Amino acid sequence: MTEDLSEDLSQKLRQLRDAGLAPPVLDSIKRRMRKLERPVNLMEVCGTHTVAISRAGLRQILPPGLRLLSGPGCPVCVTDQQDIDTVIELAKEPGMVLTTFGDMMRVPGSDSALQSEKAAGRDIRVVYSPLDALKVARDLPDRTVMFYAVGFETTVPMVAATLEMAEKQGLSNFWVFSVHKTIPAALEALIHMEGARIDGFILPGHVSTIIGANAYKPVLQGKVPAMVTGFEPLDILRAVDLLLAQLVEGRAEVEIEYTRAVTEEGNPTAQQLMAEFFEPSDPRWRGLGIIPGSGLMLRERHFRHDACRRYDLAAVRSRLPAPNKLMAACSCGEVLKGALLPGDCKLFGRACTPAQPVGPCMVSSEGACAAYYMYERHRQQGG
Amino acid sequence: MCLAIPAKVIEIHGVMGKVEIEGNVREVGLRLVPEARIGDYVLVHAGFAAEIVDPREAAATLEIIRGAYQAPGEAAEDLEEEVSGA
Ligand code: SF4
Repeated sequence: MTEDLSEDLSQKLRQLRDAGLAPPVLDSIKRRMRKLERPVNLMEVCGTHTVAISRAGLRQILPPGLRLLSGPGCPVCVTDQQDIDTVIELAKEPGMVLTTFGDMMRVPGSDSALQSEKAAGRDIRVVYSPLDALKVARDLPDRTVMFYAVGFETTVPMVAATLEMAEKQGLSNFWVFSVHKTIPAALEALIHMEGARIDGFILPGHVSTIIGANAYKPVLQGKVPAMVTGFEPLDILRAVDLLLAQLVEGRAEVEIEYTRAVTEEGNPTAQQLMAEFFEPSDPRWRGLGIIPGSGLMLRERHFRHDACRRYDLAAVRSRLPAPNKLMAACSCGEVLKGALLPGDCKLFGRACTPAQPVGPCMVSSEGACAAYYMYERHRQQGG
Repeated sequence: MCLAIPAKVIEIHGVMGKVEIEGNVREVGLRLVPEARIGDYVLVHAGFAAEIVDPREAAATLEIIRGAYQAPGEAAEDLEEEVSGA
């Protein structure tokens, strides 16, 4: 690619932020809503979209009857309470250095959090990349360095690439605790769930760069309109308009709005690496329960790095604390299904705030509750 | 956890390299984008470049939005053809 084209890109992206381009797209959205003459629920399944929508105030400018719901797109928020408590317990193992993305530090466990364990002297380190965790393992050969692998297909290839390096470097003290989850399986579970009426999906941009639009087709094609979407407010408005167009025309297809980064096939190198190190598992999601085939665990041939084999998890789980009462009142699960908006939770903004979160949806910067609290608490719905 | 802003590749050393993003230089893994060249824009996530961003497609998106939504009063019905995957 030449220098000119690349310079051109920053300029084009700046122009895509031009607010002057939005009104005609909004007009088209309104016209289509008039044609449809019924309420429409569109769901995004990506934390970065959640934040982009809240920050730009898109919910407030869309016509009444058109609702944007936040689905299970924040990896921290969908992590099951038992997994959260298990990792907090593992942090207490002798010789352990637990490495994690920063978002997991404040996620409440039933009677503790990684942050409190760190304050109590456990060796818990925030990393920006699994590569940083690998470096810790290289620097501390006598310790057990465990990486808490939370994320969707956007993060899995990075963890796989890091495992590949660990194997090349012969590092035997680097372990991965995988609670990785995959998006297409969750979408399938969502569309079959009682009570949730979803008229269209705003599909995640980054997950899709890896898996490609084709990965959704077996699940969504012919069933629910879906649009792989970029992250500028204008990308999102245009995706909404195109989803409404599908509804008007009675189509249900998987299409790509975010063509500058996503193809039908996705990133083949990343897919190969994922498949080399991971295989499907049947994890429990917060709010959605067990979804068969929606998780990724390390393949048997890489067991030397699998923290789930390093420790006796059944024994660890038998030591876990009883569920906590306040946390039992958290509606994160309902929010993730699109059944409730964050403001509908009785704890929202009262017992539960970003400074004192009760559920993970209020902790993660990408969580729907945190995004609403930050940007939409004082705004009116509908415009 | 994801960065939506593309970063520019400024150095490549095997599977590692450096990118510049809004004036900051960062080391990133290039294992997932073996075809990346200096000057390309990439999406960076968790310390790795995940995908190369195509400037021609960015331009095309802009053109579509500018063009098809221009005429007031007309629904942007022709847009659908421009979206791939149909
Ligand atoms: S506001 Fe707090 S308690 Fe309520 S659903 Fe969100 S995270 Fe859970």
